[in-house]
Amino acid sequence: MEILIQQLFNGLTIGSIYSLVALGLTLVYGILHIPNFAHGAIYMIGGYITLTMMTYVGVNYWISIAVSIIVVGVLSVLMERLVFHPLRNTIIINNKIAAIGILLFLEALAQLIWGADFRQMSSPYNQVLNLFGVTFTVQRLLIIVAAIVVMVLLYLFLKKTFIGRTIIAMSQNREGAFLVGINANKVAMLTFFVAGALAAIAASLTSPINLVFPGMGHLVILKAFVIIIIGGMGSIPGAILGGYLLGFTESIGATYISGDYKDIIAFILLIIILTIKPNGIFAKGEH
Amino acid sequence: MYLATKQLTKQFGGLHAVNEVDFTVEKGKINAIIGPNGAGKSTFFNLISGVHKPSSGQVIFKNVDISNLPSNKIAKLGVARTFQTTNLFEKSTVFENVIVGHRLRTNSNLFDAIFRTKRLQQEEERSKEKALEVLDFVGLTKSAERVVANISQEEKKRVAFALALATNPEIVFLDEPTAGVNPDETEELSSLIVKMKERGITVCLIEHKMQMIMEMADKIMVLNYGKKIAEGTPNEINNNEQVIEAYLGRSASA
Amino acid sequence: MPKKFEKYIVIFFIVLAIIFPLITQNDYYIHIMTLAFIWSIAVYGLNLLAGYTGYLSLAHAGFFAIGAYAVGLLTVKIEMGFWVAFILAPIITAVIGFFIGIISLRTKEHYFAIYTLCVGYVIYLIIDKWDSLTEGVRGLMGIPAPANIGPISFTTPLSQYYLVLAILLLVIFIIYRIINSLVGRTFIAIRNSEPLALSLGISTIKNKLLSFVLSTFFAGLAGALYASFVRFLGPDIASTAITFDLLMYLIVGGIGTLFGPIVGTTLIVWISQNLQFLQDYRMLIFGPLLTILIIFAPRGIMGIIGDWKVKSSEKKRNKEAQKSQSELKKEA
Ligand SMILES: Nc1ncnc2c1ncn2[C@@H]1O[C@H](COP(=O)(O)OP(=O)(O)OP(=O)(O)O)[C@@H](O)[C@H]1O
Ligand SMILES: [Mg+2]
Repeated sequence: MEILIQQLFNGLTIGSIYSLVALGLTLVYGILHIPNFAHGAIYMIGGYITLTMMTYVGVNYWISIAVSIIVVGVLSVLMERLVFHPLRNTIIINNKIAAIGILLFLEALAQLIWGADFRQMSSPYNQVLNLFGVTFTVQRLLIIVAAIVVMVLLYLFLKKTFIGRTIIAMSQNREGAFLVGINANKVAMLTFFVAGALAAIAASLTSPINLVFPGMGHLVILKAFVIIIIGGMGSIPGAILGGYLLGFTESIGATYISGDYKDIIAFILLIIILTIKPNGIFAKGEH
Repeated sequence: MYLATKQLTKQFGGLHAVNEVDFTVEKGKINAIIGPNGAGKSTFFNLISGVHKPSSGQVIFKNVDISNLPSNKIAKLGVARTFQTTNLFEKSTVFENVIVGHRLRTNSNLFDAIFRTKRLQQEEERSKEKALEVLDFVGLTKSAERVVANISQEEKKRVAFALALATNPEIVFLDEPTAGVNPDETEELSSLIVKMKERGITVCLIEHKMQMIMEMADKIMVLNYGKKIAEGTPNEINNNEQVIEAYLGRSASA
Repeated sequence: MPKKFEKYIVIFFIVLAIIFPLITQNDYYIHIMTLAFIWSIAVYGLNLLAGYTGYLSLAHAGFFAIGAYAVGLLTVKIEMGFWVAFILAPIITAVIGFFIGIISLRTKEHYFAIYTLCVGYVIYLIIDKWDSLTEGVRGLMGIPAPANIGPISFTTPLSQYYLVLAILLLVIFIIYRIINSLVGRTFIAIRNSEPLALSLGISTIKNKLLSFVLSTFFAGLAGALYASFVRFLGPDIASTAITFDLLMYLIVGGIGTLFGPIVGTTLIVWISQNLQFLQDYRMLIFGPLLTILIIFAPRGIMGIIGDWKVKSSEKKRNKEAQKSQSELKKEA
């Protein structure tokens, strides 16, 4: 029983990170219908910026995260402007290849700047707590709480501000949004900024309990794709639920099935789902 | 009965895009389907050509129920179609685009391709001849070697016709064949459609250009909100109260 | 440009490839070139699917690895004769490809890319984790070199070079035959528009599967050659990094063109050789190159040449049209 609770808690931690990354991915997909393969690299850069700010510049954790959000957000916007925007009218295969180009570049760049080794990020919240027989560090608790706060803020932004509502409108109906005079460029840029920011937050939160290295985005982004396919490409609640769901499944699978193969769970899940429903679970209508 | 739909219905979510439509296509005639934007005309075509499966109802072609056949099988039966937006391969020549139209009447497989068997050579020859023949029919012989990206909208429409004709159809469904071309060119495309009919091919088309329809159609069906609201000769349609209202009502509110 | 001229260019390059070892006399260069040819074969497979049929498979390195490990495991673990294993390898890959194809091709566009990315990762993970079979990260060692065929032995770099070259030429020839036949036209029709292809009576399901299976067959063949040439295998050959490399070779050379794969692969492999000092950082150059090419020249080097040819023939046509018009005027 205690093991189960412990695993549920761990699942919640991992799930929080997955949800944040998947949220960015699904927002971008909703607006531009691009599966952004470079999103994992953006996440990785987010981890490194925070690490660098803390260890080399020596500012505190929160300020480091703020810097990371801005840098990565801007990077994400640049990506939209320089690459995806010029490609908006070409065949879809090109978007994916371009994104892969960016991914390869960012990883090489990270390796050049920070080296290929695994880095540890120290967190001011390393204290160990024991509650109801569950042992955890404050950092893990922080991840869970911070993720929820971020999601609530995102929700308020999307529902209560004009520009946020525009993002929703555009993700639901691109042409319609053009008709009412929404500046599609602005919305696209903003969406990319938000997606980058979410990735930076996720990476900064998880780095103290994991490691920072150039390939740290690989698995996360793959899983985020699995999540948004499960949750429905472009769906925001789907990304959140899917993230937690995968977190729990993995953490329980790791204990009760095999730690070696826990990373495979997501992909088996995806393969099963797409095998049964080739257009995703929540495919709208038919095409 | 040549080709008929029976209580044909298609729902998208809650929307009845096509709603219990009974329609008979007259063999050897020009049959037209008209109706305001979003009336369900293209969906009706998609149901007949197998792009969508009907939610209920049937499509009967020469006494065979084809409602649940996939598009490619329906095409093989001699039912061809064009799309509202032409989707040709822009980087290739007109001729290259049209050759593949005859593919469904050939049997060459991978083995034939790799060893360039006699069968493949003959079938390629036949496909090329077919392409030349249909390009001649639509009046594009001279543009055969031009790249599709460099030809006019009207010529692209002709290429789309040629492609459909290359499948050896006995009936063609044309979805807005003259959309986006100027009046003179519309005239020319119309006479091409009449020429198809004269060749013995049954034509069924969707059009918004009333004058053109009234001049050439033998039979017209009017759709509105997925429902058939009228059917008859151009004259009958012209004087139909409901039709007038459907058109005026919409344009007044738009 | 006359067709004859193109033929001469092709013959020139074939002759160049044949005499290349005699020119360099350098075993290391021969080795590099052999590897480049092996990768090219895999890229030809990718090109058939992504370039001609329009389906971007990101599991390609996985299939390459299946072919490689098939040879490795059959020769090392079962001690099967080399050539039997070598012939079985691409077939095994294609059979696995067939089953994966049936399922993955039900998905389209982004779903297909993501699906295959995951399939590729699963293949990698299986090779990596199932170490009782594959030796996992320790790597599979002791793979024999190609066995002698009668008096011909394949133990020297030179003989291996010619073996790989011969197979590569055969592959290019087969691909040439396919894409210039009704079968290839069918693939292209699917790439262009699936609804249109369907409306023309083409069974898209069958043809996509055919293209997918062929692409895995060539990946498996390349993998089999790789195994017998490098003779050591690790799970990394199944990684997405390799898939991305293959994709880059394809994009640089020209996706959807006959000579794109060989041009792109040899070019990038050679440039990488000369940028040895960059090694891990080569993607600093190639990553942006990939992106820039996709934006400005999506069909790579061969595409640029092709477009140029089209333009010059359009020009010629226009000139002729003008000429005949002015002649008409003169007559009038
Ligand atoms: N694949 C689909 N999924 C959901 N709704 C659809 C789909 N295709 C069509 N519809 C809806 O069905 C209705 C009928 O559309 P359809 O394209 O058949 O109209 P139409 O008569 O051809 O109009 P137009 O003259 O503008 O071409 C529209 O409301 C459209 O939004
Ligand atoms: Mg329509």
